[in-house]
This record gives sequence, C-alpha cells and structure tokens, in this order.
Amino acid sequence: MNPYIVLGLLVAVLLAVAAWQQKKKAALYELSWGAQILKTLTGKHFLLQLAGFVVFIAFWQLTVKTFSLPWFNRLPGPWECLIEWLSPDPAYGISIYTGDYYKHILFSTYRATTAFLLATLLGVPLGLIMGWSRKFYEYSFALVELIRPIPPLAWVPLAILLLPGDEPAVIFVTFLVAFFVTTLNTLLGVESIDESYFRAARCLGADRKHLLLDVVLPGAMPFIFTGLQISMGAAWFSLVAGEMIAAQFGLGFLIWDSYSLIQYPVIIIGMITLGIIGWASSAVVRSIGRKLMAWRERELYGSGQSG
Amino acid sequence: MMSASNLTLLRTSPVAADPVCRASDGALSIKNVGKIYDPEGVHVEALRECSLEIAAGEFVAIVGPSGCGKSTLLNILAGFDNLTSGEILLDGRPLATPDTSPSPGPERVVVFQHGALFPWKTVIENVTYGPVVQGVMTRAEANQRAREMLSRVGLKDIESSYPGQLSSGMQRRVEIVRALINNPKVLLLDEPFRAMDTVTKGASHQYLLELYNATGKTIFFITHDLEEAIFLADKVMVMTTRPGYIKRTLTVELPRPRQYAMLASPEFIAMKADLVGAVHEEAVKAFEAGEREMA
Amino acid sequence: MARAATINGAPFSLRVRRFMLSGKFLRGSLAVFGFFVIWQVGSMGLLPFMHAIPTPITVGHAFWEFMHTAKYWQSWLDSTLRVTYGFVAAQLLGIPLGLGMGWNRSFKDFSYPLFELMRPIPPLAWVPVSILFWPTNETSIAFITFIGAFFTIVVNVLGGVGAIPRQLVNAAVSFGASPKQVFWRIVLPATIPSIVTGMMVGIGITWNVVIAAEMIAGNTGLGRLTWEAYLAGHTSGIIVGMISIGVAGYVSSMAVKMIGDWLMPWKKIF
Repeated sequence: MNPYIVLGLLVAVLLAVAAWQQKKKAALYELSWGAQILKTLTGKHFLLQLAGFVVFIAFWQLTVKTFSLPWFNRLPGPWECLIEWLSPDPAYGISIYTGDYYKHILFSTYRATTAFLLATLLGVPLGLIMGWSRKFYEYSFALVELIRPIPPLAWVPLAILLLPGDEPAVIFVTFLVAFFVTTLNTLLGVESIDESYFRAARCLGADRKHLLLDVVLPGAMPFIFTGLQISMGAAWFSLVAGEMIAAQFGLGFLIWDSYSLIQYPVIIIGMITLGIIGWASSAVVRSIGRKLMAWRERELYGSGQSG
Repeated sequence: MMSASNLTLLRTSPVAADPVCRASDGALSIKNVGKIYDPEGVHVEALRECSLEIAAGEFVAIVGPSGCGKSTLLNILAGFDNLTSGEILLDGRPLATPDTSPSPGPERVVVFQHGALFPWKTVIENVTYGPVVQGVMTRAEANQRAREMLSRVGLKDIESSYPGQLSSGMQRRVEIVRALINNPKVLLLDEPFRAMDTVTKGASHQYLLELYNATGKTIFFITHDLEEAIFLADKVMVMTTRPGYIKRTLTVELPRPRQYAMLASPEFIAMKADLVGAVHEEAVKAFEAGEREMA
Repeated sequence: MARAATINGAPFSLRVRRFMLSGKFLRGSLAVFGFFVIWQVGSMGLLPFMHAIPTPITVGHAFWEFMHTAKYWQSWLDSTLRVTYGFVAAQLLGIPLGLGMGWNRSFKDFSYPLFELMRPIPPLAWVPVSILFWPTNETSIAFITFIGAFFTIVVNVLGGVGAIPRQLVNAAVSFGASPKQVFWRIVLPATIPSIVTGMMVGIGITWNVVIAAEMIAGNTGLGRLTWEAYLAGHTSGIIVGMISIGVAGYVSSMAVKMIGDWLMPWKKIF
C-alpha cells in the first residue's frame, strides 16, 4: 500500500477521535457539533498548540534539509523519516510493514513488562511491610539506603557477569530501578495514612490481618499507583540503556545499531516508537489505577453536597 | 461487668440488639488519672488527679479550653494511650491501670473529630465493618441491621455511595451508626460536630439525641460548644487547663426528650451563664500560658 | 521547668549518643553487618551463584590500589563535571520554562504538547542524535545528562505552579500587586518546594544517565572505568566502580538537599 494512503488513514483516525471529543464538549456547552468544532478550531488555545507543532517541524526541516546548517546537517529530516516509517519497502529494513520492527517492539515490551511486574510483586509487599512494622523498617532501611545510591545502570557489568546471559542482565537492571521506586512510594503511601483510620478500625475490632487488608492496602493505593507510573517510566529509561549496552533486539538496540550502520532515519523511528509505547504503558497503569480507586474519582469529581 | 444475658443477646440473636432495649452497663469510674507524656524528655503533664464518675446510660459532656487534656482522657478511655497514674473502672472491673493498657475494642467505640469513615468503602461496607470483622453477624444480617439504623437517622438510599460523596452532616451520622451497630457499652465522641455550620449542627443534635433515647448508651462527649454541651447532656463537666482535672460538674435538669425551644428557656440561659463563668476562667489561664491546640 | 535538656533542645552530643544507643541504629547496623558477613562467606564459595564475586576483602584491596592511581581521581572529576554541567543547564533552562508554562497560558499552549510528546522518550535514546548533532564527545554527553534532568524539573515546576492556592495570588492582587510583582514575590517563592523536589529527583536521574552515557560512548569517567574493568575481566574493579558511583551519587544528593534546605528555611524537607 502506498505510504501516502497509510498516512491519510492515520490522519483520518486522529481527526475522528478529535471530532468525537468535540461532540462531547458540544453537549456541555449546548452548541451544535459543527459549531463546537468551528469554535475549537478557531480558538486561541488550539491555534497556538498547532503553531507549536508546525514551528517545530518547520524548524527541523529547515535546519536539517533546506539550509543544511553545520551542526544539523548530519541528522535525518522529518519527511524522510516519515516516509521511511510508512514505506512498504524501506531502504533500511524497518517500517510498519516489516516484521523486524515489531520484533524489536516485542522484545522491548516483554523486557519492560517483565521487569515492571516483578518489581511490583516484590516492591509493593516490601514497602507495605516496611511501613507496617517498625522493626522491619529499621533493619531494612539501612540496607536499602546503602544499595539505592548506586545507579542501576552501574549494575550492568556485574549483572552481565553474574546472570546467565544478556537477557536476564538487562531485565535485572530494569527491575532494580522499578523496584526501588515502587518500594519507596509504597512506603510513603503507608506513612501517609491518617492515624484515625487505624484507630477506628481497631475500635471496630479489626485484628492485624484486617488492618493490613482493610486500611493499609487501600489507604496506600494512591501513592502506590503514582509510584507504579513513575516506575513504568523508570523501567523504560533503564531498559533502553541496558539494551544499548548489552542486548540483541529491542528498541534501544535498534537505535544504537542503526547509528552504527549509518541508517539515521531509523533512529528517529525508534525514538518516536519508544515515546509512544512509553506513554501508552503509563496510560495503562493510570487507567487501572483509576478503576481500582473509583472512590477517589467520585470524591474528586462526584456529586457531593457541600456543607 | 458484661452480664451473661447481654452476651447471649449479642451472640444468639444478633439482629435483636433491640434499639428500644436499654443497656444496663457502661458505668465508668475514673479515679485520679494522671498522664505524663515523655517523662524523661519534654515532660508534658496532660492530666493530673483527674476523677469523674459516669453512671450507666448517662450522657456526659466534657468542656474546657483547648489543649487541656480532654482528648487525652478520651484516648485513654478508648485504649489508644495508657495512663501513668490512677485507674479507670468499667462496670466495676479495672479497665486501665498504669501497668495495663487495654487495646481498643468495640465496647468503647470512638467517633472522631475529623471523621474516620473509610473513604475506600461504601457507606454500607463502613457501617457493617465492625460486626462483620468481629464475626458477630453474617453480612446479610449486618446489612439489614445497618439499613434499619440508617433509616432511623434519616439516611436512605445512600448505602452504595462513598463517604466522599456525602455532606459532612451525613458522614457524621453514618459514623455514629457505624459505632452504635456494635452495641458498645460506651460511645466516645471527640468533638464530632466541631467543623459544622449551625444549621447542620442543630440537625445532627436531633439525630444523636434520638439514637440516645432509643439505645440508652453511655455517652462521653467532648466539645467546645457550651450550648451544645448543655443541650445534649445529663451532666456537663468542666476541665481545667493543663494539667487537666475536673473542676466542676453541672447537672442539666432539663427534661428529655430535649426540644430545641429549650435553648431560649430561662433555665437554660442560667445554666449557660454558670458554665460560661467557669470555663472562661480556665480559658484565660490557658490563653496566658500560651497553650497551643493539642488536637 | 527544672527538667534537663528537652528532646529538641538537647545538646548535639547527647542526641548523637541517644541515637547510637537506639534500637533503630542497632538494628540497621546489624543488618548492614549481616550483609557483609553473608557476602564474605558466600563469595568464598559457600553460596553457589556467588563464586564469581570477589570477597569484600579483595574488593577492599582493589579499592586501595585504585585510590592510588591518578586515573581514578581523574574519573571522579570528569564524571562530576559532566553531571554538574548537565544538571545546572537543566535547571537554568528548565525552571524558567516551567514557570513560563505555568504562568502564561498562551506559552503553555504553544510548547506543552511538544514537550509532552518528547518526555516519554528515554534520555539515552537521544545518544545517537546527540552524537550526530554536537561537535564534541563531551558536549554530546552533556546534552544527554541535560535531557534527563530537564524534563523532570519542568514537570515538577509546572506542578508546583499549578498547586499554588488561588487565595495567595488573590491576596496579593487585593493589596495592589502588579502581575510582575505577583510573579516574583508570590509565584516564585511558592514554587520553590517543587523546584527542590525536581532537583532531588533530577540529580539521581542525571547520575544514572552519565554513567550509562559513559559506558556507551565515553572515554573517561567513573562509568567508563567500570566498563573497562568489565572488559578486562577485573571483577573487583567493577565493584569498586559501582561503590564509587554510589558514593558520588549520595554526596551529590546531599549537596542538593543542602541547597534545598538553604532555599527553604521555613520548611524541613523529609
């Protein structure tokens, strides 16, 4: 399929989504759908956002291709990258049509997700226990603070040596970052719970098990989910570094490799793909959080009477 | 002591903790209680030789300047803190001594100042929490009981709402129901209506008194509001500024059920004048000592 | 009140003594001590997967040797300089950008969408672009470290401006403050806590990024040192590198925290 057609389809989908949002807004402001769309399109808000994009793309194209300025001229231009990305027969072998592209995406996603899940499964309970038991906290805090300052990426060489193979090493390093973030945020979450809730639960006859399940866990949830979002971002951050240093396949590897092979448009493709997937994974975590904490949503936006 | 008949009542016919049946226990005897925070360090003496007696089923209000130790006493009664001297007896059995600190429990439930309904549980889940967790009722029984009690205080159709969606008046009512469903011996309330406007407060008073008339529980009520204290209670006790002890006890001779019109009656006004004098003296002392809110 | 020193007013030596005797300190030390014991014992062959790890004593020796080489200290300097340049540049550009975006709606409309699209791209993904763009190796590494801290600080500052209670601004305006005065006297100071948080998170990220950048494309620095030890199969060297980086990271976090405390005398952080 012609890349221009694909481009057209993508644009059409985005426009449809935007139009749908306008319909909802139209209902809110009691305008007709058409009038609402017109209002948005001519509004200062939208025009400025559009201007921002256009200026950036124009700047990119002008400096890199049109005027070929000294520092800029080795970089690939925007149009070049776009066409390559959508081309059925890409010059460098990576586009939305090639299997290799998805292979790299899959590898990276698999690594990031595995590390993230592992970090969550270990970090949340650890954070809960640290917040819950003073003694445990005192034992473990010193150790955690000793290991934590070491940037996770500094573990890469050691991890490669100790763990069988590159794959576990990369996942391990990614896991480390996510783990520390999750544990710390969970700990903060437990500490943020108002003492009154504990007291109320104890009055009502809750034993330790119930306190943990009914007060600690739900009470720490908001912080836990903030931590999970951060840890997702941190996982991607480490993963890319790990892949660049020591892996075959994966988006980080792709970016570095295409640099060495002088396939520069692929670098940009890789970067943008990373950006999209990174954003999408955070969005997934965020929406899971919203569902689990329905009580919070309603509290913030719900129909509470005042007074 | 917890009479055997009461115990059977609780265990065998849980739904029949009949709202009309009056409880016969919940007598508190507080003798020379002292509480010192951080004896080796900062050494704050919150209570000194504090004594008071509460008969079973009595509604007692404690008033006094900020930081005088009212909340401290409540915390000790509830089991969140221990005392350093003196003793407390519940129905003649020792509840707290310097060597023993009882854990909090459903026979002395607390309603908190800023509200402690679990935000992540619905109203019905909150209210039924006590009985279900203790295993005293099945969930179905507890739900039914909760609905009865909620409608008694004028709350219908909110059982699936979250506390965050309710107004503060409604929240406080739910919290009181949550406490009472456990059939406590003593209900401890720590300035529950403090943050409310006058209108909501008035309505809340009605509901509390209705519940009190129906269940006859011993109530220990802390407040700053002198009118509220006189209107609600059988006895109003004035606590001195820190270190706190009970300086005066005022018996409220107004008949029950209390009517709002009584607020304008000459007896009420006379009692209030009396109380104002006693409290003001302590308040000035506290003010001069530069006390900060301890709550 | 004839009582002896209060908790907060106690002389420092007394507080130190109290702390060292406290359960907290003892338990923490026990845990750390236990960690070293297990390490020593495990690497002597008693734990199966640890045979490749050198014992703490070996590492200690290696550390001693390293500290006598000029190269080690040069690495410290190089890494620290890179971190400093990148971090400071990120603050100098990021704080105004964040404040501008938070304060001026039009500016935010213009720049925020682009910012949000670039943010999920991990800093290290920028390495090839950076190398292609910047003339020297040094500047390209500095750019990467800049990216790491930049997005963090902007996000934090933006959040900080958004969290300023409306009443503060209203109060200032009702006293007759001009927009410029409101900005400099109210908005800026109120955003300082967020700036400090952004700096503390940012410094951690910066170190991470510097180390990785050095491993991938650097020729000097602590990250490079560690990588070279890896290539040479010198495991103790790897651990020495890791510990040095950890210490460096810790010290810089402390430095940032001190700056934060100095900026916010009215608040104690953490």
